[in-house]
Amino acid sequence: MADKVLEVAHLEKFYGKKHVLHDINFSVDQGEVVTLLGPSGSGKSTLIRCLNGLETYQKGTITFEGQKIVPTEKNWQQLRQKIGMVFQSYDLFPNLTVMDNILLGPTKVQKQDKQAARQEAERLLASVELSDYANAYPRELSGGQAQRVAIVRALALHPDFMLFDEVTASLDPEMVRGVLNIIEGLADQDNMTMIVVTHEMNFAKQIADRVLFLQDGEILEQTSSKQFFSNPQTSRAKEFLDSMDF
Amino acid sequence: MSWAIIQQSLPMFGKGFELTLWLSFVGIIGSIVVGLICSLVQYFRVPVFRQIASVYVEISRNTPLLIQLFFLYYAFPVLGIKFGAQLCGIIGLIFLGGSYMAEGFTGGFNGVSKSQVESGKAIGLSRWQLARYVVFPQGFSLSVPAMAANVIFLIKETSIFTVIAIPELTNTALDLIGMYYRSNEYLFVLVIAYAIILVPLSIILTLLEKRVRYGTFGN
Amino acid sequence: MAHSGISVLFEGTNFMRLLGGLWVTVKIAAVALIFGIILGIILGVLRTFKNRPLRVVLRLYLEFFRVVPTVVLLFLFYYILPRQMNFNLPADQLATLVFVLWVGAEMSDIVRGALISVPRHQIESGKAIGLNRFQLYRYVLIPQSLTLEIPATINLATRVIKTTSILLLISVMDVINIGQQIIEANNHTYPTGVFWVYGLIFLFYFLIDYPLSWWAKRLEKRRLEKANG
Repeated sequence: MADKVLEVAHLEKFYGKKHVLHDINFSVDQGEVVTLLGPSGSGKSTLIRCLNGLETYQKGTITFEGQKIVPTEKNWQQLRQKIGMVFQSYDLFPNLTVMDNILLGPTKVQKQDKQAARQEAERLLASVELSDYANAYPRELSGGQAQRVAIVRALALHPDFMLFDEVTASLDPEMVRGVLNIIEGLADQDNMTMIVVTHEMNFAKQIADRVLFLQDGEILEQTSSKQFFSNPQTSRAKEFLDSMDF
Repeated sequence: MSWAIIQQSLPMFGKGFELTLWLSFVGIIGSIVVGLICSLVQYFRVPVFRQIASVYVEISRNTPLLIQLFFLYYAFPVLGIKFGAQLCGIIGLIFLGGSYMAEGFTGGFNGVSKSQVESGKAIGLSRWQLARYVVFPQGFSLSVPAMAANVIFLIKETSIFTVIAIPELTNTALDLIGMYYRSNEYLFVLVIAYAIILVPLSIILTLLEKRVRYGTFGN
Repeated sequence: MAHSGISVLFEGTNFMRLLGGLWVTVKIAAVALIFGIILGIILGVLRTFKNRPLRVVLRLYLEFFRVVPTVVLLFLFYYILPRQMNFNLPADQLATLVFVLWVGAEMSDIVRGALISVPRHQIESGKAIGLNRFQLYRYVLIPQSLTLEIPATINLATRVIKTTSILLLISVMDVINIGQQIIEANNHTYPTGVFWVYGLIFLFYFLIDYPLSWWAKRLEKRRLEKANG
């Protein structure tokens, strides 16, 4: 049995009276890729945001690398260096160049040596084929390029674990592939542990080791990717897969 | 309308013009300092100071400059606190402008989108680093249009200084009208004088608004 | 002595006179706002039309009322109307007229700004179902722009109320003018009366404007929350 990187137990979340996450239980092993699937409004984004401290939760525990997380802002701030996250809205900081966007975390948060951090940033930029854009400002980039930089910005901190929240949802169709390739590369070559929320079913099928199927804030199915896509257990998962055109 | 009368009045208007500019300048700088302090105290939620700042902002924004000046100029001396008219004008303008500037900065900080803040958090920035590298640089440029509007507003408010007899532009014109009964000429010069100061500023403001929109949201 | 100064407010009819002055102030502000807002809505809608000369004229009107300080506007009308056009109005009506024109100018910009911020595709969708121009404004543009306009209009109202303080300069019998009279009449008996009279007027203005700006802030906050989800 591989090491458990993340363990979520009995997680509950409310927005006021609205119960948005019901008794969530799952774990992620070292090197495993888990995708969260489910219809819109099922709580996928809320759940993944809880794992990076961007949402509070009312009950339950999250254990990361064997340590139970005490959910204070200060602790999360430390943890976020190990748990990288990329969002749908590819929010690069418009006031900084691509390079400065990437260097902000390593140099200011982790106080890495500037020269080394820059070399590493250049290497990462090259890996996503954006070396020419190091000194560009975010507004000069296309959505797909910006999202690739956002991934690099997260990787520059050398996280142990990555969260991808619908990272291709606001991209033009021709940009999607490039971004997905990078995530696939991370999974295959770098053996990165990650949780991916996505609507791209083919991509999910290809990349996921395991699927969590959510509906109305509950995990209805938790199974291997192969099993989920070929033989879903619940009728809701079947309906969901039928409704997705892929 | 007589050009001769206008010409004769120009030296006096010149002095009024200088005084208006000078008082505005000092008042605006002071307002920016006060506004910045108040908005920072509110942003970082500094206990006690934050409450003081918000009470000050409400009082200052919801009362007229004229009454603020009357208070400073006529009522404070009763308590044994006395300032000259010009100092009263400057203090009054800063008291008023500080809250407008504070609201401008705060509006800018709040205008930085939630997703930008979250992206900053996601790379582990601390509260201070988030402010330093994400919220302040973007927030200040978002607040530029409000700042420019406040600058214009405060310059116009100096016309109220006439009620405590500070010889700025408006006071100069009213004095001249009172002395020589030539309202057309003096009012004409007065309007032109304000236009010289404010029209260029108003144009700059329009340009700035466009630029900030571009800078923040791209094309 | 400071502790006795406060009695100046309750001497004779002083307090009632101050309230009377406040009523004059509020009345002028209210009338100016009602007519100014109506004028501003009309001008604001006109400013979104394609007619270029009309837009230029209205823009110049706005800029004039924006650039010239209100005090100066007041004196322009105060001196020029009667002397040049032989048009005599009592001071309070003259002030109301100036305020209506000023509010109209400011309001036109609020209305225009809100109308042009309605997304293009809304206009196109409206046209696509065959709405004419009037219907487009009536059913699509104006209802959608209201959430932007209302907080800005309330803020304009607070500015108008504060600006009524300058009515004193053309001898309108407003609350400040009456306050000054009371201070002068009681200067010997209550040397600290000035503190209390101006203090009360300060409080009057605050009590009127604070709830309004609180309301505007709340509406604006709600609008932003809705806009950002």
